[in-house]
Amino acid sequence: MDPLIELLRNNSNRTHKDIALTLGISESEVAARMAAAESDTVILGYSAVVDRLKAGDRRVTALIEVRITPEPNGGFDRLAKRISKFDQVRECFLMSGGYDLAVIVEGKDLLDVANFVAEKLSTLGGVLSTATRFQLKAYKEGGFVVNPGDDEARLPVSP
Amino acid sequence: MDYDSKLCTQVRDLPRSGIRDFFELVIGRTDVISLGVGEPDKPTPWPIREAVIRSLEKGQTSYTSNLGLESLRILISEYVTKHFRVTYDPKSEILVTVGVSEALDIAFRAVLNPGDEVIYHEPCYVSYSPSIKMAYGVPVVVQTREENEFALMAADVEKAITPKTKVIAMNFPTNPTGGIMPHEELEKIAALAVKHDLLVFTDEIYSELLYDGRQHKSIVEYPGMRERTVLLHGFSKAFAMTGWRLGYACAPAPLREAMMKIHQYCMLCAPIMSQMAGIEALKMGESAYEDMRQSYEQRRNLIVSRLNGMGLHCFNPGGAFYVFPDIRSTGLTSKEFAIQLLQKKSVAVVPGSAFSSAGEGFVRCCYATAPELIAKAMDLMEEFVNEVRAGKA
Repeated sequence: MDPLIELLRNNSNRTHKDIALTLGISESEVAARMAAAESDTVILGYSAVVDRLKAGDRRVTALIEVRITPEPNGGFDRLAKRISKFDQVRECFLMSGGYDLAVIVEGKDLLDVANFVAEKLSTLGGVLSTATRFQLKAYKEGGFVVNPGDDEARLPVSP
Repeated sequence: MDYDSKLCTQVRDLPRSGIRDFFELVIGRTDVISLGVGEPDKPTPWPIREAVIRSLEKGQTSYTSNLGLESLRILISEYVTKHFRVTYDPKSEILVTVGVSEALDIAFRAVLNPGDEVIYHEPCYVSYSPSIKMAYGVPVVVQTREENEFALMAADVEKAITPKTKVIAMNFPTNPTGGIMPHEELEKIAALAVKHDLLVFTDEIYSELLYDGRQHKSIVEYPGMRERTVLLHGFSKAFAMTGWRLGYACAPAPLREAMMKIHQYCMLCAPIMSQMAGIEALKMGESAYEDMRQSYEQRRNLIVSRLNGMGLHCFNPGGAFYVFPDIRSTGLTSKEFAIQLLQKKSVAVVPGSAFSSAGEGFVRCCYATAPELIAKAMDLMEEFVNEVRAGKA
């Protein structure tokens, strides 16, 4: 992978200057390559990885396993894209194994997610079944351990 | 009681470590960005820790062979063959130790008679001179210089050789400078060792951490060297296992046997938990450290550019995870620079003078620190340098 993209995947909140010095390129090249990656949709967006409990976010998240009927020309794509368009859907992946789509949904409470599944998702033509699994607690999110506070720190000075 | 009169002279006369003085200024402060450490910023890779948890669950808590677990020695032999292109017999030529520090200590104790001279290079890791003295040897310093990017020059080594020289001790890539050895100098030093029939102790603790596509070469690989070399290596730096205290020595059987005699009486064996961690680390091999090595290389680029950008000349070190900028242009001594930077900007670096007088005029900055913190520390250091210069003007 492009080292610039790799670096941004780990931390997109760095100045162009730091990135430039780290990769041995100019700041203007960093800006140009980031702009190109954005316009080519290599970079889809930037967001912070948040401990939602600490942030006071009481919304609920569910993983919904969806089985769907593939279509003659588009396979799973048309329906998967249609499902992805709902604002409640945070992530949507085609999976190997016992079901077809893993759909991560966020709602303001259990009922909200239940209504989405019952009214929007299950009723789509081609959806064969759904199984909804609610997330109870986050231990690691976006590559970061949640609440890592009890880890032992290094000594500040050592030989 | 007059305790000084009760202490043996070797220990009583050892100077206090400069690192320790500085440590006491920093300890307890929570607001400090520290570039003062000598270890990786990430904990030991999880699969290694997980393997040790499993071994504890199985009740593997006993002594091991004095030499270390045979399965670990076999893996060490394979790893050394792959990385150093020299093969050691796991049964007769490898000893598992409590870190390279122990290995170095018992290597000196195994070969030095009172008055024997050991040539080593400064600035260097803090334990070389004390270890030699505690073994009743005579440390003979060869200074490495910035103009040579702190490599050890064969011509300087040759000048230091006397009829009493028994050992050349070396450690490249090196702490605190990040300096590495050009292959041609390594070859010349190997030839000197053969010519003068000297032993060589080579501390390879940073040998995995090389940048810009370089391949590590050890002095043991040169003709005539295997029979006279003690290769010391460990898990601390590449595998982020500093606190496990696990190292090893590879040497011809008679030397290994002499070291084992000391090890068995003073240490018995390295802790079995650490040895189990070592087994898993070597099974992981490069995958345990390659991502981190690449990340260090990027951080090195950042810190070297920033230091040079603020007018602190800093050569681009080829290995380890330290940079050693020249701070003489500020008019401060190493210690003044480090103390004032800590007091005024809450950034900790280690005075070069803590690594011998040859380090005066430099400070050691460790870049095994999160890139965001390196960037912030460099902003603060740049402010500090500008303020010092403005104060002078």
